[in-house]
Amino acid sequence: MPILEGQGVTKYFGGLAAVSNVDFHVDRGEIVGLIGPNGAGKTTLFNLVSAAFPISSGEIRFKGRKLSGLKAHQICQMGIARTFQETEVFGNMPVLQNVLVGAFFGGSNRVSATDAGKEASKALEFVGLSAMAATPVKDLTLVNQKQVEVARALATRPELLLLDELMAGLNPTEVGEAMKLVNRIRGEGITVFMVEHVMQAIMGVCGRIMVLHHGEKIAEGTCNEVSCNKTVIEIYLGEEARA
Amino acid sequence: MDIARLFGTHRKWLLVGLVVFILAFVVTFPLYAVTYDVRVLTTVLMYVVMAVSWAMFSGTTGYMSLAPAAFLGVGIYSVALLQNSLPFPLIILVGGLVAFAFALPVGLVTLRLKGIYFAIFTFGLVVFTSEIVQYLETKLWGKHGQAILPIDNQILLYVMLGLAVVTVLAVYFIRRSRYGLALTSIGGNEEAAEHMGVNTTMVKVLFFAVSAFFMGAAGVVTAPTLLYINANIAFSLFYSFMPILMAVFGGMAELYGPVVGAVVFGYLETTLRAQLHSYFMLGFGIILVLVILFLPNGIVGLVPTVQDKLRGLMQRIRKGGEAEQHANT
Repeated sequence: MPILEGQGVTKYFGGLAAVSNVDFHVDRGEIVGLIGPNGAGKTTLFNLVSAAFPISSGEIRFKGRKLSGLKAHQICQMGIARTFQETEVFGNMPVLQNVLVGAFFGGSNRVSATDAGKEASKALEFVGLSAMAATPVKDLTLVNQKQVEVARALATRPELLLLDELMAGLNPTEVGEAMKLVNRIRGEGITVFMVEHVMQAIMGVCGRIMVLHHGEKIAEGTCNEVSCNKTVIEIYLGEEARA
Repeated sequence: MDIARLFGTHRKWLLVGLVVFILAFVVTFPLYAVTYDVRVLTTVLMYVVMAVSWAMFSGTTGYMSLAPAAFLGVGIYSVALLQNSLPFPLIILVGGLVAFAFALPVGLVTLRLKGIYFAIFTFGLVVFTSEIVQYLETKLWGKHGQAILPIDNQILLYVMLGLAVVTVLAVYFIRRSRYGLALTSIGGNEEAAEHMGVNTTMVKVLFFAVSAFFMGAAGVVTAPTLLYINANIAFSLFYSFMPILMAVFGGMAELYGPVVGAVVFGYLETTLRAQLHSYFMLGFGIILVLVILFLPNGIVGLVPTVQDKLRGLMQRIRKGGEAEQHANT
């Protein structure tokens, strides 16, 4: 049974269908990539899963349970954590406090202060930010802020992690590090669903890829299948990708 | 004698000593002060309650509430309605609870509004409540205003001191708790907080109401000093602006910021108002503008800067001394 499953997922903004009748699934333990041109509806799909706004029609199920009607904090407590395309951190708070928010409130059970502290330190160590625990997040570089978001999401002890353009704006070395991080996250038994434009990263870590265009799913399959798909090349990858 | 080191190692005990000193000062105050000054101190303590509880919610979440006067007024009117049927300590509790219960639906409706709209709505709430109370008063009793039975000034001072201590302690524990973290995260980025599992609506409404509880209780203890009240006195917008002014002036990053602000402004207000009538508002306005321009973290925001400067100065003096010794040998 898939851990996350969507049927006929549709979102209208006014008259515009940002996501239109999309069926998708993510299996437990997978790393699934979601690609497509700007404005294709990738982030909107993530926002529907994490209940940033309500779905217009269709339904999304997590571990077989319908998500409709739930609020964002309940989705998080069920085990779906996310990061944001434009980093959404608590800028004035130190790194550790940022991660503590996830540790205290993200789980399904109430955690003690000691356990939350341990969970937060563990998450910081996992992404390699322990040395900056006391630094206000607004003073960090973009790549470090993105790591804070990942640590904060991991501290909620998720089963499914939604990564929204984790690699955007990173240099090639940092992309390499981020790819390793994504693999290590899967190694912890967490399923990963990621939106990404950096094709090198997508091809490197994802087992399966979905392609959205104008809110519709136009292709799905392994990296090879998708990168050879004629429509995908025309719309998104461009001719040189065939070489 | 190294003062900086003394502050470093015995910080906790110095703090305890300071608190004990302040409490002892307030408790013994009526022994050597005239009645008028006792009343001034009571008012100052009322402002401590108001500023600290305002900063607990608005300072952390960034939701600028102009409603303090509404909750204070609810407390004041609780006294007018209940003074003949309930003992005073119980009225304090009831007044707080009524303000709490009043704040819950108000919070549920208004805390969806962001930024300036929330501020405007809470501003309107004060005016609206005042009008409603005035209307009901004329309809039900056919009169304008109510007399409040006086209570001994010394007793009122001690009761207000107790309320201030309870408020400061409660806010201290809230700030340290997971809910303090939740409030700060809402102020930092509400959307992210919600996605990290914080039930933002619940946290906002609950602590908006908790701050209203203390404001309502403060209203109850203030009422007997007023002797006569009507809707305009009890729901004066002045009581909404003062806590904000004090919290901003004192600085909201530390718990004691609003306390310092309340003491300074509470004292200035009560003494200057008597001497300069309404001109003192002009002075307040100027001070507030200067603080916002030059001290964005308030007066207590200066403390780390001053500490650094002092430490640097001491080191320079010590180095100077050593250099002199070297020169002599």
